[in-house]
Amino acid sequence: MTFTPGNHLIEPSREDFDSEQHLAHAKQQALSRGYEDFLIVDVDSHHYETEAFQEIAEYIEDPVLRMEAKYQGMARGGVTSIDGSYQEMTGRVTRYPMRRREKTPPTIHRDITLMRRWMDSMGVDMACMFPTPMLNIATCPRVEVETALARAYNRWLCDNVLAEEPRLTSMLYLPFNDPEACLKMVEEFGDRKGVIGFMVTATHYKGCHDNAYMKTYAALEERNLPLGFHAAYTWGDKSTALMNRFISVHALGFVWHNMVHMTNWLMNGMPERFPKLKTLWIESGLAWVPFLMQRLDNEFMMRSSDAPLLKRKPSDYMREMFYTSQPMEMVDNREALELTFKMMKADSQLLYSSDYPHWDMDLPSTIYDLPFLDEAAKRAILGGNAQSLFSLEPAYAPWKLAQRAKNQNTPAA
Amino acid sequence: MAEHFVCNISELADGSVRIFEGEGLEIGVIHHSGTVYAYQNLCPHQGGPACEGLRIPQVVDVIGKGGVFVGQTFDEDDMHIVCPWHGYEYHLSSGEHVCNAALKLRKFDVETREGGIYVKI
Repeated sequence: MTFTPGNHLIEPSREDFDSEQHLAHAKQQALSRGYEDFLIVDVDSHHYETEAFQEIAEYIEDPVLRMEAKYQGMARGGVTSIDGSYQEMTGRVTRYPMRRREKTPPTIHRDITLMRRWMDSMGVDMACMFPTPMLNIATCPRVEVETALARAYNRWLCDNVLAEEPRLTSMLYLPFNDPEACLKMVEEFGDRKGVIGFMVTATHYKGCHDNAYMKTYAALEERNLPLGFHAAYTWGDKSTALMNRFISVHALGFVWHNMVHMTNWLMNGMPERFPKLKTLWIESGLAWVPFLMQRLDNEFMMRSSDAPLLKRKPSDYMREMFYTSQPMEMVDNREALELTFKMMKADSQLLYSSDYPHWDMDLPSTIYDLPFLDEAAKRAILGGNAQSLFSLEPAYAPWKLAQRAKNQNTPAA
Repeated sequence: MAEHFVCNISELADGSVRIFEGEGLEIGVIHHSGTVYAYQNLCPHQGGPACEGLRIPQVVDVIGKGGVFVGQTFDEDDMHIVCPWHGYEYHLSSGEHVCNAALKLRKFDVETREGGIYVKI
């Protein structure tokens, strides 16, 4: 194929974009590693709800807010806006600017088609999907707007996406600034098809130990639905506001906000208050886990009176929680990575996630190719742990089922 | 070592890339400022199609007298190949990653003669 001449500083010179072409090498990896033999579940992936925002806006019940939302839209702001605006790396990661050119058939919802395409390319069978810019409505000062948008999005997602495709699931957005609305959200959507839990965006400036949330936690525990804390960043935080580069805000912000919630969750004895409520820590990478284990254990040994509900060391509780894998820190210290896996009991607690289509996405091969994992551990992290945690009924990618049947019908050489 | 004819140089305008398959490998042939380069279209990071992305020059922080930050500019003499999956950047001239020379795109010899582009694999 030839990429025709164009302004290579703005975009790679292709007229069209196609997820399967973009991810052709991922499909080669999937075939060469025999992914058809086992289930792969991606526990943190995204779609751009902005493209369906006019549909989602129709689900807003308040007619005044609905009109405002339809007029203003949902897109990110410009270069001076507080949400960063150059996360897309100025076009370097080509799927950001070219995504809109991808053609999809009119008969199936565009989001379903796009999800299927990248999942099939990577060998992912099932995915837990999250929105993208909507994660940032956590910092919207208008609490009632966050709640209304969250409810509209959750209704829209259940009606139009999750109900139509068994390979797609979601942990639905909790409007954490409104504790009563959180409880209503669990009660209203907890039984909907494809809903496998609920999720708090970590940039909420609310202590997760506040008494106002206890009914929500009890409702989740009663339904055996895990609670996820999805990392995010905000340039509006006083500490990140000291930083002038996106790399700084992203590297620290995505870890910092989850560390705050994890610390509050532990020091206030939430695992003892809700022993059957499972928590999942999403998109902070892995390196923060051993750090926080050691830091909290050390302080706890000296001042356990500050956390009297804990019957064991903080790290003991952390080893019983669940974590998603991306963005896995794997630059050049394999020894540190192996120790991290060991400290967090990755074989049973770690869940593969891609974060696709975001710029720092990880393919299944980031787990499958790790030399210190045996085949059973690889398959557990890539899918088995998620299947257990969420009680998933496996829904395999059609091409993997076809490939498996083909392999079975081919006599061994 | 086999030599493969890629295309006529008139068919590969300056600034464009052609991906071709030879000896079971995907190879990106890049025409940039009158020179033709050939690299395997495979990023050593996670296997992305490294040659299908942008070419962007090295970004430079401009530091003035007394260590004062003045601004940023591009070093047009150091063009990079940018992998479209994650943004890993490689020197166009050598294929080495800009932060770690041990990480590199596989490079192939290119010859242009009689209007044609030939790559040795």
